[in-house]
Amino acid sequence: MALLQGLGAALPEHRVANIFKPLATPAQSEYHIALLVLAITGAIFVVVAGLIVYTIWRFRRRPGDDAKQEPPQVYGSNQIEVAWTVIPILIVFVLIGVSARVIASVQNASPPPQMLKVTLIGHQWWWEVRYPDYGIVTANEIHVPTASATYLELQSADVIHSFWVPQLAGKTDLIPNRTNYSWIDPREPGVYFGNCAEYCGTQHANMLLRVVAQAPEDFKRWAAEQQKPAAENAAFQSLSCVSCHTIKGTPAKGKFGPDLTHLMSRRTLAAGAIANTAENLRQWVKDPQAAKPGSLMPSLQLTDQELGQVVNYLESLQ
Amino acid sequence: MASIDYPLERPRPKEGEFSFSETLYRWVATVDHKRLGLMYIVTALLFLVIAGLMASVMRLQLAFPNNHVVGPETFNRLFTMHGTTMVFLVGMPFVAGLSNYLVPLMIGARDMAFPRLNAFGYWIFLFGGLLLYFSYIGGGGLSGHGSAPDVGWFAYAPLTSKAFSRGASTDFWILGILVAGIGSVASALNVIVTTICMRCPGMTLTRMPMFVWVMLIDSWLIIIALPPLTAAQVMLLIDRFLGGNFFNTQAGGSAVLWQHFFWIFGHPEVYILIFPAFAILSEVIPIFSRKPLFGRAAMVGAVVAIGFISLGVWAHHMFAVGMTSWSNTFFAASSMLVGIPTGIKIFNWTATMYGGKLRLDTPMLFCCAFLLQFLVAGLTGIMLAVSPFDWQLHDSYFVVGHFHFTLIGGLVFGLFAGMYYWFPKATGKLLCEKLGRWNFWLFVIGFETTFIPMHFLGILGMPRRIYTYAPDRGWDFWNLVSSLGVIAQAAAIALFIWNVIDSIRSGEKAGDDPWDGWTLEWATSSPPPEYNFEKLPVVRSSRPLWDLKHPHDPDWKFEQ
Amino acid sequence: MALAQTYKGDALTLEQGWHMPDRGTVGIAFLIVTESALFTIFVVAYLVYIGKSLNGPMPKDVLDLPIVATICLLSSSITVVFAEHALKKGHLGAFKLWWIATIALGLEFLTATGIEWHKLIYKDHLTIRTNLFGTTYYSLVGLHASHVIVGMVFLLLVMGVTFAGFPIQTQFRRVRFLSWYWHFVDAVWVVVFTVVYVVGR
Repeated sequence: MALLQGLGAALPEHRVANIFKPLATPAQSEYHIALLVLAITGAIFVVVAGLIVYTIWRFRRRPGDDAKQEPPQVYGSNQIEVAWTVIPILIVFVLIGVSARVIASVQNASPPPQMLKVTLIGHQWWWEVRYPDYGIVTANEIHVPTASATYLELQSADVIHSFWVPQLAGKTDLIPNRTNYSWIDPREPGVYFGNCAEYCGTQHANMLLRVVAQAPEDFKRWAAEQQKPAAENAAFQSLSCVSCHTIKGTPAKGKFGPDLTHLMSRRTLAAGAIANTAENLRQWVKDPQAAKPGSLMPSLQLTDQELGQVVNYLESLQ
Repeated sequence: MASIDYPLERPRPKEGEFSFSETLYRWVATVDHKRLGLMYIVTALLFLVIAGLMASVMRLQLAFPNNHVVGPETFNRLFTMHGTTMVFLVGMPFVAGLSNYLVPLMIGARDMAFPRLNAFGYWIFLFGGLLLYFSYIGGGGLSGHGSAPDVGWFAYAPLTSKAFSRGASTDFWILGILVAGIGSVASALNVIVTTICMRCPGMTLTRMPMFVWVMLIDSWLIIIALPPLTAAQVMLLIDRFLGGNFFNTQAGGSAVLWQHFFWIFGHPEVYILIFPAFAILSEVIPIFSRKPLFGRAAMVGAVVAIGFISLGVWAHHMFAVGMTSWSNTFFAASSMLVGIPTGIKIFNWTATMYGGKLRLDTPMLFCCAFLLQFLVAGLTGIMLAVSPFDWQLHDSYFVVGHFHFTLIGGLVFGLFAGMYYWFPKATGKLLCEKLGRWNFWLFVIGFETTFIPMHFLGILGMPRRIYTYAPDRGWDFWNLVSSLGVIAQAAAIALFIWNVIDSIRSGEKAGDDPWDGWTLEWATSSPPPEYNFEKLPVVRSSRPLWDLKHPHDPDWKFEQ
Repeated sequence: MALAQTYKGDALTLEQGWHMPDRGTVGIAFLIVTESALFTIFVVAYLVYIGKSLNGPMPKDVLDLPIVATICLLSSSITVVFAEHALKKGHLGAFKLWWIATIALGLEFLTATGIEWHKLIYKDHLTIRTNLFGTTYYSLVGLHASHVIVGMVFLLLVMGVTFAGFPIQTQFRRVRFLSWYWHFVDAVWVVVFTVVYVVGR
């Protein structure tokens, strides 16, 4: 727990992921174009809605009107038609031009060679986070340094998911048999909240993602901790946990579930479904379906003794 | 001389003493376009209520954070069935029902071009819908997994593959929609042929009522856009039953290909759904403003333009799949272009009202609300078309708010206008105006309360299709507000149903032409006889009954 | 009050006659449009997946150009036109002859497809689940073949009633619609042939 604090438990948490409070460059450029679009559409709304309301009010039938008397029959006017065709065309062309520029600036930004690379792999219903340059594998939290940008390679192990941390960057899908890219550069240290944004099955709702942005030296310390292997544990290794989970430095090499090597350094369990507390951990291992119904982690029907051993061991994985 | 008399007395269909089984037989075996039209509309209303109840359960679940009204599996089934039902079993039969009932009457024909194909279309549609709902019983299949489909109405691959969707529920989704789709295509073909081949003497294309024009283009979109869905669904069946690899990413298949195929159907589909509302407004607004539709030619042009541009915008549903920047720019551009003809339509409707004498009866009230709500929907649509903005808004509650503004605030409001307007024609009774106003205001209040907050939720980062959320994400308040709006909406729908039942039983007699109309359906009795017109009418302008009622100032003097 | 009074001047329209297009003609035309949309998607899927299979057999290893079958199917489009003309002129004997020829050519095409599939399945071990090529190939060619079969059923139906003595001349319009459908099926084959056997090989 002490370690956890050292690694930034005190970081400000951005739980309300307001897209209009961007805290990284991609989200910022999206925010700027959003403001422009809002201004234009807002102006259109005021003008057109005003016209509609005025027309309804001004030309409503009043008591005492002669019901037999028809108003002048006007069939149309070519000049007016041309006017309200041309003006929207001009507006649309402005919007197309601006969009094209922002699309290019976000999508075609070439990553500088020194950029941190992270591979994010979507699973039903959790995120696998790999740091190929550091040999780190973790889950559901992306730790990044604040000073520079981080380049994300997005892949999926099963169905389509979508990466979305609103205050850092808009969505990019994680698609099986395809690699997508995104990048983020949070400026301030903090924990940024995101969700899987593409429906991916039963527990789509509990597939939460956190980006933990830290000062570069804190990030280095975190990475150094994460690179350390864990101690072996005979009781744990005798259970079928190992067929799905990997714990570095031990014979547990399962690929199906999240890597557990430094489980206790994470803030949540089950991809954000519950907080990572001792009691929650115990309940989660005992009966995953209670906290996250439909989760692919089965209840192993552990005896109380086995459960105690497993939880004790997991709690040692700092 | 072929001309219609506007007869003072005409034979009414005998409302004789039919036993229940005879009545049932007359409805089941009918090939009359009016009966089939009513059957479509009643079926659509039934499904509307069912899908509305599903939505209410979802809103109840989302009213509070960490709520436990339904579990994740039930919730996912609810939104899948809600979306699928609303699109395929409410929107589509409304298209078919309205065009079936009104197109022949408006063009002065005695029936559709292919009456038996018409009956076939209805029944196969109905059984497609029932097949989908049978999944609640049969969806478990042999393996016992699942009940109703839970893959979303868009059914993205590979979530629909055997590996991720066991049991038979997805198969029910595929087959139910495929079968119902055949009915929609049959009905659309019929409308096209009827419009092209069955117009009464003098009814040139330039004189055709705007309603018929819109339905013609709508049907065109259906026959072009539905086959891609059918094809994609057949591929999915091949994958699921024969072990094919179309969407099998393990064998090199592409998950994105399904999205392309689905949205090549899916985006024209939303225009298919909104067109009936355009059609209704183009009839109701002129009648209640007492002025002809402003800029008829431009209105036809706008509909045709939408009919074509909308075939080239589909990938704006896919800005987040990682297309090249060129594709993203192209589809952003084409999507915004659709805004232009749509804008022209709103301007022309407003111009029609400008200078008129607006009779603000219930149908017109719904039209006025439509204009404002559809304007908002169009503008949020522009926001979504700007793909960098869409990267944020995509698959968030903002999108949910946006398309409910088009489909409820637009389509359903338009349909209510239409139902209040043509109910007297179909039944001979007027709907109660007082209940109508209550219906309108309750619906407006409920609608705005439910769907405006969804835009804010999207901006606060709430994704779609989640069954629960934590209390600390800033979503509690707006979700609760949104859910409260459901109460008023449900009351509005209940009032409408009561209004219909009560008016049929003891409503005020409508007469043949209660709104002082200008198109041919008002020239026959209410309800019209089975043969529609005793003598085929002859028309010389787009407002034949105006000509008739104003012999000194007829339209044909001004039209070519 | 009658509309006729208002429209005295409009007698013109009626005297000139008010002609609308034939329902069946328009109907079959739009049926072909909607069917084309269906085929387009399968063709696109085939094109997208050319060369994307992860394992063999590949098209160039196992596909032979079905020249004879193609000639048969395309010439059946000509024979059906001859049959149609014969029927229009009332030459029932010639009609029957050309009609049977059309059916024979269609059957030859289907048989050739059957032989090709048999070879692919049992000799080359290419099934619909083998790879992307198998999936798209059998789907596209199968979809076309199923349309040929539907056409054959109607061709046989016309032949059956004709030989049973039904006065088929009275149904000339319907025979013509059937012939249009048959042309459509042929035209689709030209596309399928190009995509599968030329571009995709």
